[in-house]
Amino acid sequence: MSITTKLLGSKAVAAMTAPHGVDRYLEMFNPMWAATEVRARVVSIHRENPDAAGSAPVATLTLQPTSTWRGHRAGQYVQVGVEMPGSARRMTRCFSISSAASLPGERFTLTVRANDEGQVSKFLVNEARPGQMLHLSQADGDFTIHESAATPTNNHLLMISGGSGITPVMSQIRTLLRDGYDGRANRKVTFLHYARSAEDQIFAEELAAIAAADNHIDVHLRYGDQTFSEFELRRLVPDYKNTDTWACGPGGLIELVSAAYGDDNARLRVEFFKPPAFSTGAAGGDVSFTRSGESAENTGATLLEQAEALGLKPEFGCRMGICFSCVKTKTDGTVRNVLTGEQSSLPDEEVRICVSAPVGDCSVDL
Amino acid sequence: MTITDIKPQTKKKSTVRASDPKNPNLTPEQLEEFGNELDALRQEVLGKLGKEDADYIRMIVKRQQQFEIAGRALFYLPPAWPLAVAALSVSKILENMEIGHNVMHGQYDWMGDPKLNSRIYDWDTMAPGENWKYGHNYIHHTYTNILGKDRDIGYGILRMDEDQKWRPYYLGNPLYAVLLMLLFEEGVAVHDLEVDRIMAGERTWEETKKVGKPILKKVGKQTFKDYLLFPALTGPFFVSTLVGNAVANVVRNIWTFNIIFCGHFPAGVATFTEEECENESRGHWYYRQLLGSANITGGKLFHIMSGNLSHQIEHHLFPDIPARRYPELSVEVKALCEKYGIEYNTGGLTHQLWTVAKKIVRLSFPNSKRKPEQAPSVNLDDAVAA
Repeated sequence: MSITTKLLGSKAVAAMTAPHGVDRYLEMFNPMWAATEVRARVVSIHRENPDAAGSAPVATLTLQPTSTWRGHRAGQYVQVGVEMPGSARRMTRCFSISSAASLPGERFTLTVRANDEGQVSKFLVNEARPGQMLHLSQADGDFTIHESAATPTNNHLLMISGGSGITPVMSQIRTLLRDGYDGRANRKVTFLHYARSAEDQIFAEELAAIAAADNHIDVHLRYGDQTFSEFELRRLVPDYKNTDTWACGPGGLIELVSAAYGDDNARLRVEFFKPPAFSTGAAGGDVSFTRSGESAENTGATLLEQAEALGLKPEFGCRMGICFSCVKTKTDGTVRNVLTGEQSSLPDEEVRICVSAPVGDCSVDL
Repeated sequence: MTITDIKPQTKKKSTVRASDPKNPNLTPEQLEEFGNELDALRQEVLGKLGKEDADYIRMIVKRQQQFEIAGRALFYLPPAWPLAVAALSVSKILENMEIGHNVMHGQYDWMGDPKLNSRIYDWDTMAPGENWKYGHNYIHHTYTNILGKDRDIGYGILRMDEDQKWRPYYLGNPLYAVLLMLLFEEGVAVHDLEVDRIMAGERTWEETKKVGKPILKKVGKQTFKDYLLFPALTGPFFVSTLVGNAVANVVRNIWTFNIIFCGHFPAGVATFTEEECENESRGHWYYRQLLGSANITGGKLFHIMSGNLSHQIEHHLFPDIPARRYPELSVEVKALCEKYGIEYNTGGLTHQLWTVAKKIVRLSFPNSKRKPEQAPSVNLDDAVAA
């Protein structure tokens, strides 16, 4: 951290700029100036699967972060906030970083699939242009390798991924190849990936090159009906239960992988996409208050009333949606605003529990 | 009807009960319909919120920052002292009214911008946001003008309603009002301590400590910034900067006090009893907000500098809708008032202030013996109105 950044991030400067943060003043002059916040400018956008018909487009975005970016370890993710055009609402989602580990202030890439229900991913793939500013968090997550690529070992690493779950694994493979000697990983790596089709395979050329080179990495690509099986895993890595494993992909794949490891899963690290919440209608389903561990059948009443019925005492004020005393984070599920009838299914959304009634299953951090 | 017939109608009584015959006695069905119409209006505006509103509040923040920078910087140039004070006053007024008050109401929470979020933002004044949001957003906006519940009726200092029992203490009513105006920032900060209740022994030490701690912290922070840090940064001009900052704070105090006192205290604004509001319907809540608030007319710049609280009526009906929407909402609210025969209290700043001042002076004395509501004469007035 430079002396300027340190000074700008100091308490004295914060006292001067209050009630706004110092970054509010810096960004008046240049959107890339920041003392504490992390932002990034989109430098370029590259379409990864232009030929795939019938599947969602995927693009890799190269980002230039502000100097406040502390870098990332391979396998980590970052929260990306976008001010959606039109509605002006900022939406924030997590994306795994696909490029090799970065140093503070260094460029990195995100590889994003434009899912139908994913407003942020659709914006990033289809609408964002170079120059677009994004709000970022620092990199986070434990889906990482804790050994240095620069030190050769006999340790065998196993990577299993499905679909877009390839991104954090790609970051790990790229880091091993970049930081190892002579373009080799200097340890045995088995990489097993499942994709819908060969046309839909992202990073196809790079994967082919990695597979062909003498670099200690075995690449196994499986398409369509060739789904994950314990039998095949045993054939490729007989001692897989005693092998450091990273698995990332849709919920279904992770369930199968976890089942294959059973209770001997000390060396298995998993990361999966959140399955979309299932809506059943007004009452019905379960309401769970995750912090207190209470849950009950959804009666269709407001979250505040249901919480109170369970004996919880959440903070509240007006009980009619005007004072915002009762705002809590809904982590999962759909709620209906009882005043407006508007429904919302966004994950990790702040809701006023006094005027929000769950529709089907719902979890609230309370 | 002749002009002379109308006269008694236009002369508003300074203290009005909700039960006053001038107010339409809406049936529960009418109230429900009235509430539904306002709900529909609310929906319509909520559906329109978007880029325009986001651009507007960001523009206001940017302008406020520019005034702030100009004000702070001009203190390095002693001849520009009046300009520096003016710029800093404008910055503080904009920040407190159009930004702080409105952002902390949650008007911009929908944007998902942490810098404009009601749970994060804490304004440039001594009152800590946490305390203020409880006393204002919850107590004042929920129990608006209910005697004994809304602590903003007189703020525990003044006598602003005939039903507040007179004590000799209130002879100082006008003096207290002037002092509160000059020290409005400090007044708002200690408002949530509820000093009058501490004196009466109604508040425990624990409660007081919980509210008092953040006040001490915030007062310290504001004092450090305006009366030590910035003066020190101007080196040899320490004293002139310190005085300038103090003047800017007082200018802001006078302005905000006057705007805010025109919100609920002008002649014609009604107060309610707790019984009248028991098991209140949403329609009646709207009705109470309408009768309990008053607007100030003025130009666009005036509305911005008042944080659009010159549209106090619309603010009380829709406290979480971005204030820049109040002027357009006022057209339809006025039309609804006409439809239901509800008075829409509005007037110029000087007129509204004049009636507030009269009320402050009159209520420093005990209530006059004359019974304020005598059935026959009221009926007569009513007949004229009809």
